[in-house]
Amino acid sequence: MTLPSIAITGIGLCAPGSNNLQEFRKMLLSDGSGVENIETRHMGQVHAGVCHFDELKYQNRKQLRRGTRAGSIAIYCSRESIDNSGYNLEEADKSRIGVYLGITEHGNVETENEIHNISAFDNDTKYWTHHHNPRTVANNPAGEVTLNTGITGPHYTIGAACAAGNAGLVQAVQMLQLGEVDMALAGGVSESIHTFGIFAAFKSQGALATHEDPTKASRPFDQNRNGIVVSEGGCVYTLERLEDAQKRGANIIGLISGYAINSDATDFVLANPVQQAKCVELALKKANLKASDIDIVNTHATATPMGDIQECTALREAFSGCSDTYFNNTKGFIGHCMGAAGALELAGNLPAFEDGFIHPTKNLEELDPECALPNLVYGQATQKEDIRIILNNSFGMLGINSVVIVTRYNG
Amino acid sequence: MTAEEVKKAVLDIISDIAPDEDLDDLQGDKALRDQIDLDSMDFLDIVMELRKRYKVEVPEADYMELNTLDGCVKYLLPKLT
Repeated sequence: MTLPSIAITGIGLCAPGSNNLQEFRKMLLSDGSGVENIETRHMGQVHAGVCHFDELKYQNRKQLRRGTRAGSIAIYCSRESIDNSGYNLEEADKSRIGVYLGITEHGNVETENEIHNISAFDNDTKYWTHHHNPRTVANNPAGEVTLNTGITGPHYTIGAACAAGNAGLVQAVQMLQLGEVDMALAGGVSESIHTFGIFAAFKSQGALATHEDPTKASRPFDQNRNGIVVSEGGCVYTLERLEDAQKRGANIIGLISGYAINSDATDFVLANPVQQAKCVELALKKANLKASDIDIVNTHATATPMGDIQECTALREAFSGCSDTYFNNTKGFIGHCMGAAGALELAGNLPAFEDGFIHPTKNLEELDPECALPNLVYGQATQKEDIRIILNNSFGMLGINSVVIVTRYNG
Repeated sequence: MTAEEVKKAVLDIISDIAPDEDLDDLQGDKALRDQIDLDSMDFLDIVMELRKRYKVEVPEADYMELNTLDGCVKYLLPKLT
């Protein structure tokens, strides 16, 4: 059975430090950073990747007040993506558009806020807001996109820990290939820096990054890495069947040529390199590619002591002997954008099809020998001729692995 | 509180709940919902803010009393003095 090819025709994003793909790419190629210090309830100062997009660009103040930060991020990214794609939303059949957004978690921000709120009223629950349920239902970010755009096709979120951004894309590809929708807005979002719980939990786990300079705190593969920088962000792709995109003369950024999602089934937290490598192999098989065909691998590594080593073990297995495959990492620039990470990091790499650069792994000053992948790009960007295929890893807790492969479109 | 102060207290709450609305021309005897974009969730916000800020309880049976700005002042004045 031959399934239709799926084209990326638009990208909208907000990453820490950048509000669109051009700004993001510039940051990745100029050693920028979106990580800063913020004050968090009960925790004091923490490092975080913070987005500074114009919230009022697509929502009024009442809509902002009514909704959630994740919803606001999702709306901004979706609207920017549609705009970038040139898709005429108002003339489209909105019942044939799907919204599929990955989330690591949702609802913690609002729940913490309400617990804090009622603590000022002797914990009397009659002061608990009636907005709690519509804000915390798991479909909230995707649902807010439909409220904002008038899209009446299916919408839901995909809970997939930190593999969620890729998982949103995978869901959309499948729905487009099945003919369930004609256009999809897909990717991932995260509002997680607005909950103290995620910082506190990583700290308790010994996995929260600290550094005197916040922009140096996220250090994947570095000998002195000491954990994760929690970030917010979002990235939404406009996806269409290639034939439809060609018919309307869309600018085709790339084709999603392969993907895979699998499970470790071994541990709540610690990654399993065997299954990670299998996930890469599954995605390559689906794309009908060999490992040596891949030009760039965007690694997931979050700068935890063990997680980075585990992923490198998996990549050595999956890319053994691939002398022309380069590896990089994006979290040094923006921290870990959780549910948005996979979609955002992939987007940051896609301009390589045009500009021929592989952005470096930021803050990698002293390479951990256990993370010494061949062709690991760090220090400065590497130029490579004819970059055609990018593979994006995104892994999450409970042992969920996801891989998405994007191939350059040659018209 | 005087009637004028009660009116100001209500308008302050409404301006927080409906921050995009111009409240200067609100007519006291006309339904609030006919003049500004205010849905049932917003109305519950008004009830909540009265509870939080002024310890005033508005039972569901009395919600219609808050239909207009004048109605709000009339209903709340005895509770806030």
